[in-house]
Amino acid sequence: MELILIFISASLINNFVLTYFLGMTTFVMTLTAAATWPIYNYVLVKFNVPFLQYVAFIIIIAALVQFVEMYIRKASPSLYRALGIFLPLITTNCAVLGLALFMVMREYSFLESIVFGFATGAGFTLAIVMMSGIREELEFADIPKHFQGISITLIIAGMMALAFMGFAGLIRG
Amino acid sequence: MANNLGYEFKKGLWQELPPFRLVLGLCPTLAVTNSAVNGLAMGMATIFVLFTSNILISLVRRTISSQVRIPAYVVIIATLVTVADLFLAAVFPAISKSLGPYIPLIVVNCIILGRAEAFAQKNSILPTAADTLGIGIGFILSLTLMGTIREILGFGSIFGVKLLGSWFEPWIVMILPAGAFLVFGGLVALVNWISSRKTEKAAEAAMSR
Repeated sequence: MELILIFISASLINNFVLTYFLGMTTFVMTLTAAATWPIYNYVLVKFNVPFLQYVAFIIIIAALVQFVEMYIRKASPSLYRALGIFLPLITTNCAVLGLALFMVMREYSFLESIVFGFATGAGFTLAIVMMSGIREELEFADIPKHFQGISITLIIAGMMALAFMGFAGLIRG
Repeated sequence: MANNLGYEFKKGLWQELPPFRLVLGLCPTLAVTNSAVNGLAMGMATIFVLFTSNILISLVRRTISSQVRIPAYVVIIATLVTVADLFLAAVFPAISKSLGPYIPLIVVNCIILGRAEAFAQKNSILPTAADTLGIGIGFILSLTLMGTIREILGFGSIFGVKLLGSWFEPWIVMILPAGAFLVFGGLVALVNWISSRKTEKAAEAAMSR
């Protein structure tokens, strides 16, 4: 009985952390798009210093993550403890900085940037949830010794990337 | 001392080979290695930032208080990445264009911040230089290897030189993101295999003695 209880609580709590962490990434990405767009277009371009964009973006992202962290610590200490080190690590998620850089390269408008930020975050969430589902099944799979761990995970990611390529023709039609 | 420096240098080449052993710095490893030239250029840009930023961090390690060290390091790294990016854009415009946003993404390359945290903030300049050069050269070799494999399979060429004749049907998938994951996964398995064989041999040698 106790084992079942541990099983249920662990799986639920794990999922809880996973959902919240991913929700946080989407949230941070949307915020990043909303914050970096005006700063790039109204400050960096206006004062003719767009070469400072990398320094500016990484500071904005670090500050945003810090604010989100402070808010969560205040609002939900248990969630804060559960997320632990992974919350500040959102700063070094290259998808977040990449988002700001692509936004500038593709010259998106403010609204387009926000939608782009949210959609990128949602796509990231989808990919990670699918990946964790597959990895759960892997526990029972008979994998060759040297492929165990990171190697097989990467190969699965490759297969998922192949599957996602199927969507590539969707927009241009 | 000299022995120590040698060790700090050598560990980056196999024992702590960044992408395959530490599994850090995946973003550039996967994204830009669709040809050998791109892999080499990315590795060069990364070693420049890694080396200079860690030397600087090692120099100022006693001045920066530990509460604000991460933002301070990140600003140092971002400044040096800007230097590397402007240099590439001015001197090698073609390479800079094909690497695109992945040069600025060196800012969030875990290898650099990881070395700063694990090594540069605790050590003086000489060991830091040896450590970052070792790790950096390991990273360059790994990226070039990835790029070479993917270029041979995806285009049938090496460094832009046609290697395989017209009979060879290029595997387009190898230059796409999916190919990056597949090649990288295979190489991680290969590294695992080689190192487990090494330990087995060492064990056998110890037995026979």
